[in-house]
Amino acid sequence: MKLKFVALLLGAFVFLFPFYYMLIGSLQAEPDPSVSGAFPSAGNLTLHNYSEINSAIDLGRSLINSGIFTGGVILGTLVFGVLAGYALARLQFRGRGLVFNLMLLIQVVPFQLLTIPLYVLIVRSYGLADSYLGMILPFLINSTAVFVFRQYFLQLPAELFDAARIDGASELGILWRVAVPLVRPALLTGVLLTFIGPWNEFLWPFLITKQQDLQPLAVSLSNYLTTVSARAANPFGAVLAGACVLAAPAVTLFIVFQRQFISQGLESGIKG
Amino acid sequence: MTVTTRATVPRADPHPTGRHLRPGGRNKTLDRLVGRQPIGIALAAPYVVFLAAVFAYPLGFAVYISFHDYFFAAPGAIVERPFAGFDNYATVLSDPAVRRAFGNVLIFLVINVPLTVVLSLLLANALNAAIRWRTFFRVSYYVPYVTASVAVVGVWLFLFNSNGLVNSVLGPLAPDPSWLVNSSLAMPTVAVYVTWKQLGFFILLYLAALQNVSKDLYEAASMDGAGRWKSFLNVTVPGVRPATTLVVLVATVTGANLFTEPYLLTGGGGPDGASASPVLIMYQRGIEQGNPDIGSAIGVLLVVGVLLLALIERRFVGREED
Repeated sequence: MKLKFVALLLGAFVFLFPFYYMLIGSLQAEPDPSVSGAFPSAGNLTLHNYSEINSAIDLGRSLINSGIFTGGVILGTLVFGVLAGYALARLQFRGRGLVFNLMLLIQVVPFQLLTIPLYVLIVRSYGLADSYLGMILPFLINSTAVFVFRQYFLQLPAELFDAARIDGASELGILWRVAVPLVRPALLTGVLLTFIGPWNEFLWPFLITKQQDLQPLAVSLSNYLTTVSARAANPFGAVLAGACVLAAPAVTLFIVFQRQFISQGLESGIKG
Repeated sequence: MTVTTRATVPRADPHPTGRHLRPGGRNKTLDRLVGRQPIGIALAAPYVVFLAAVFAYPLGFAVYISFHDYFFAAPGAIVERPFAGFDNYATVLSDPAVRRAFGNVLIFLVINVPLTVVLSLLLANALNAAIRWRTFFRVSYYVPYVTASVAVVGVWLFLFNSNGLVNSVLGPLAPDPSWLVNSSLAMPTVAVYVTWKQLGFFILLYLAALQNVSKDLYEAASMDGAGRWKSFLNVTVPGVRPATTLVVLVATVTGANLFTEPYLLTGGGGPDGASASPVLIMYQRGIEQGNPDIGSAIGVLLVVGVLLLALIERRFVGREED
């Protein structure tokens, strides 16, 4: 038992240290790659890196773009994903099995294969380059979240639905007034699962946004990393400051809601 | 709302779709045509349209592009795009940079997949038994997974720089040239980075699977005099085999999708293409250099490769599942 605890502690150190180092590095006036640089020293601490990165890539604007991108995906997943999850779980209609199998198949197709045809379609055919819609479209409904919603609707007792139908409620009415209130925790899990994807997504928004004031933070930060950083006084400090700003919302959400992240979404996914 | 249960309705519904509820006198032929609750078609329709528009159609379109002499044109312009047969595939397969990228992904998978399976199973097993600090450990392992790669790449660059912290700890043992600019160490470093980044997700998969391993088996094993290590090998490992199949598959698909890490961590697949991934080459050829047909052919080959690998892995890992 002691051995396991030591192994876990060692693992936790390896996992957390880069985050600690990110924070320290973002606060150092002079980057110090030696071992003593891993410890904060009062004389070397400053918030200058944050203002440096802010003047280079307009953090506020980038954060708003990340928020709109992520918000659009969450909204699409909640509205259309709940409808689809409910239909797949509780309604008998032609093609239900087909939709379910498609949903499972999608999980195995590497999204990157679709990068070029989607780029041709969305940028060239529909002219949606440099727009929020073009950014959101490929992620509009998160299939994993649809799967989680379906699992939760399946677990509700059938009597509730029978009774409501006998009382003459419409399917949408049943969904809205009976099913959704009962699976509220699942909706939270769905939102959290959905959040990580677009917030951290890099390749797609990178491809379709050339205009700086439309780029999400992950894209502007990577552009800074690959081009501008060579000219900055303390490029690592500025990059790490940007990294902290990008990491903070996802990490905070995760720590606050870690129970929902861990126990529900994934375990229902496995047992499915 | 009152819950009026009929005597014939069982508590645990074997057909959770309301099959037993038959509103009086519905037409059986109609039922067969659209199902008993055709409104389900309307509710699922947006999702189906989404799957068709964002996955099925582009998938077919990718194959189409890869067999044609395809190039970017202004929207609405009518241009000739002749059928090219396997020309694009021949170009791709004779391109040393592409071959190198596919080789790189194999190196990546050979390091990443076994490391992922062993470390996540061991850590999940330890975590499952841990009583103290359980939440703390779970959170710390999952944090890299929920964080954007773009964010943590910055720290790794700093750590694995030639005069970075890792090398100053290693002292004379530090490799020269340093990790990310060394042609034989760049890809392994990327593979270790991705293992670290994704491990939390796989630990959670294993944690969920461990709940399903019967306690009786452990008792039986200890009655037979098996030590902790023996019962891990003989009870835990076979017990979580379905999860292992999933972990191997997901890790393979993740590896095949590799783009952000070589793009940022090794400055676009350096040194000299030693850490370039197929998706990175697909992006460079397809979009940067404006040859979507070549890019699509790389994409199709990549997916065929992943499917073949998945089949092989299923034979080795997933055998006892059937």
